[in-house]
Amino acid sequence: MPDTAKDLHTEVMDLVLGPSHPATHGTIRMTVKLDGETIVDIDVEPGYLHRGFEKECEDHKWNQCVIYTDRLNYVSPIINNVGFAMAVEKLCGIGDQIPLRGQYLRVILSEMSRITDHLTCLAAVTMELGAFTAFLYFVKAREWFYELIEGVCGARLTTSWTRVGGVRGDLHDGFADKAKVALSKTREVLQECDRLFTKNRIFMDRTIDIGVISREDAISYGMTGPWLRSTGVAYDVRKSHPYLVYGELNFEIPVGTNGDNYDRYLVRMAEMEQSCRIIEQALAKLPGGPVSIPDHRYTYPDKQLVYTNIEALINQFKLVYEEIRPPKGEAYAYVEGGNGELGFYVVSSGGNKPWKCRVHPPCFPIMAALGPVLKGYMLADIIPTFGSVNMIGGEMDR
Amino acid sequence: MSKEVLDKLLAKFPQAVVSSHNRLGDETAVIKRESLLEVMRWLRDECAFEMLMDLTAVDYLGEEPRFEMVYHLKSLSKNYRLRIKARVPEGDPVIDSLIPLWKGANWFERECHEMYGIRFQGHPDLRPLLLYPEFKGHPLRKDYPLDRRQPRLPLLAPETRRFPRSGDETGHEGEKLPDDSHEHGEF
Amino acid sequence: MGLESKLGSGFLATKLEFFVNWARKFSLFQYPFITACCGMEFMSTMCAHYDMARFGAEFPRFTPRQADFLIVVGTISHKLAPVLRRVYDQMCEPKWVIAFGGCASCGGPYDNYATLQGIDRIIPVDIYIPGCPPRPEMVLDGLMRLMDKIQKTKLGDESTQLRYEEMLSKAIREWKGPKVEAANLRADW
Repeated sequence: MPDTAKDLHTEVMDLVLGPSHPATHGTIRMTVKLDGETIVDIDVEPGYLHRGFEKECEDHKWNQCVIYTDRLNYVSPIINNVGFAMAVEKLCGIGDQIPLRGQYLRVILSEMSRITDHLTCLAAVTMELGAFTAFLYFVKAREWFYELIEGVCGARLTTSWTRVGGVRGDLHDGFADKAKVALSKTREVLQECDRLFTKNRIFMDRTIDIGVISREDAISYGMTGPWLRSTGVAYDVRKSHPYLVYGELNFEIPVGTNGDNYDRYLVRMAEMEQSCRIIEQALAKLPGGPVSIPDHRYTYPDKQLVYTNIEALINQFKLVYEEIRPPKGEAYAYVEGGNGELGFYVVSSGGNKPWKCRVHPPCFPIMAALGPVLKGYMLADIIPTFGSVNMIGGEMDR
Repeated sequence: MSKEVLDKLLAKFPQAVVSSHNRLGDETAVIKRESLLEVMRWLRDECAFEMLMDLTAVDYLGEEPRFEMVYHLKSLSKNYRLRIKARVPEGDPVIDSLIPLWKGANWFERECHEMYGIRFQGHPDLRPLLLYPEFKGHPLRKDYPLDRRQPRLPLLAPETRRFPRSGDETGHEGEKLPDDSHEHGEF
Repeated sequence: MGLESKLGSGFLATKLEFFVNWARKFSLFQYPFITACCGMEFMSTMCAHYDMARFGAEFPRFTPRQADFLIVVGTISHKLAPVLRRVYDQMCEPKWVIAFGGCASCGGPYDNYATLQGIDRIIPVDIYIPGCPPRPEMVLDGLMRLMDKIQKTKLGDESTQLRYEEMLSKAIREWKGPKVEAANLRADW
């Protein structure tokens, strides 16, 4: 039979994915140039959730900025709060004076936030591949952590929990028992979903060798987090530059080999297990004591004193109205977010508002690399790869 | 460990480095913008700074040179960090692009350009990243007013925003809404 | 909506209206226009704990052509505003809009160059669900209020559309900004 295909006129087709699309969690626009089903080029256009985080921070007092940090990576808000508080504390020079209990609390809740982050990511990835049941299972597990976090912070999602010098409030009674129950139930959910996916033919076919990135490229793009770890680089801020009390806790860093979506899925599942371990150890070692630094320049005095003592009243008044004034200078503090290294670079001019508050978003370099990574794959491969980026619009666009 | 790198840098490029410090444990070197590419290449190749972690600018309105580019570098193998800063004047806001050294610099520089107006020489595609094409001005500059709005679509007037529908029984049909006309801002 | 406006009033029309509205409110197809943090609470509301399925509204239609109501979840920036306008215009009558969250209702904590101060600056809104983010119980309350509103709607009621057209024409006439593409102003297709 004569080959008529070579005489057919073919063109590259432009397909716009987003910004309002079910598989783009959050909003991003990808203009995909397709040759049949094969991707020739992708132009990723972010910015549809740019909300002016830096400009807002420059107009708000230091402790008021923490509400904007929740809304950065909104699936793991405590980690952002902790990162910002650490940056300002570094600037003030009080980073090592945070009470031990406050540090342990920050670690416990950060790890719970990390678990909610990974649960949400995997829920979305698996839902897009067709496994809606796993979405329901992961979100069910996430609810347990939201309830725990709500008991401590007052809000499920936008916690605004840390303050410069410590945290807003202590754990409530019964938190440790509820946490243990939640952890054991979450472990069961993770095992169940592991049985559903890890050796599942369809899942493996859709994710193994898809979205592969080489180690050199990952480093050149400045990636961190599960993407970098899936290529074999064991870089985790909690181990390389231990902050808070991570240096005293035992946990491992799961590392992949291939740099594909399947490895990232496995890395995230393993990280959740490690986070559960960290929470259990931290709850066992939790000391008593204050949760915020007992320094009148940063922390509100005890309420009873405010009502009875004039100095405490004036102190409270000054802290509420004028807020803290870090000395002139700059500081860069980094924490391990759900997606990688979340860095805060703050500049102070000596006033009560930041001169600059810059966030280094971990998913920004990963999205920058998405175009080159996906060249040559098929249209349907965009979905699991994009899902495994765990692009959080609030963090990327700020 | 990072202190040694800073010392090596000062020894290798004495003319390029304007000042250096390690306040708060962050080793920092301020260099002249002309020697940026050379210094960065040396840092990447000789001092094993494989990663460009962050790239941003700070606007010191009132000082001259006005802008300061800030680069955070990280070495994965040796586990240390360095901050490099370079001042850029307002009249000639141009500096070399770091794309030849690190691919990740691409998007960071595009964002910096649209927010501050600093041009990166050698960047292949300096179009806006987070803002839309109709946006005029550089919003993160200190002289960009906080209340300037540049809407992209004609916005429906605030006083007549209530939309009646027969199922709506709130009873606020005739109520005049507060005047938030400051939102119109400039176009 | 043309046929419905010819029904007139009377016992049969009222009964028909009751049944049509009853059917409409219990089989709502939503278009979730999800952008930001509120999306997480939306996910929680859809899932097993809070379950939107018991109201008949769990199935999202990710195309405006097949959706009944547009639920705008999260902050809308100026960059995204034309997209939202286009999606709204592409929906068929009858359509409703829920503004989910503080940012969609009024801009939320963001009052700067980038954020639209509420989606009712560009499209008509029926229900505002405040909160940052609203708890899933509030979302369900908002949904139930929408269902009450639908039940009380008169068939053939076009007052919202007419008012929207009038305000939109006025806004376009008085617009002093840069030229806007016709497709962004009004998607007639």
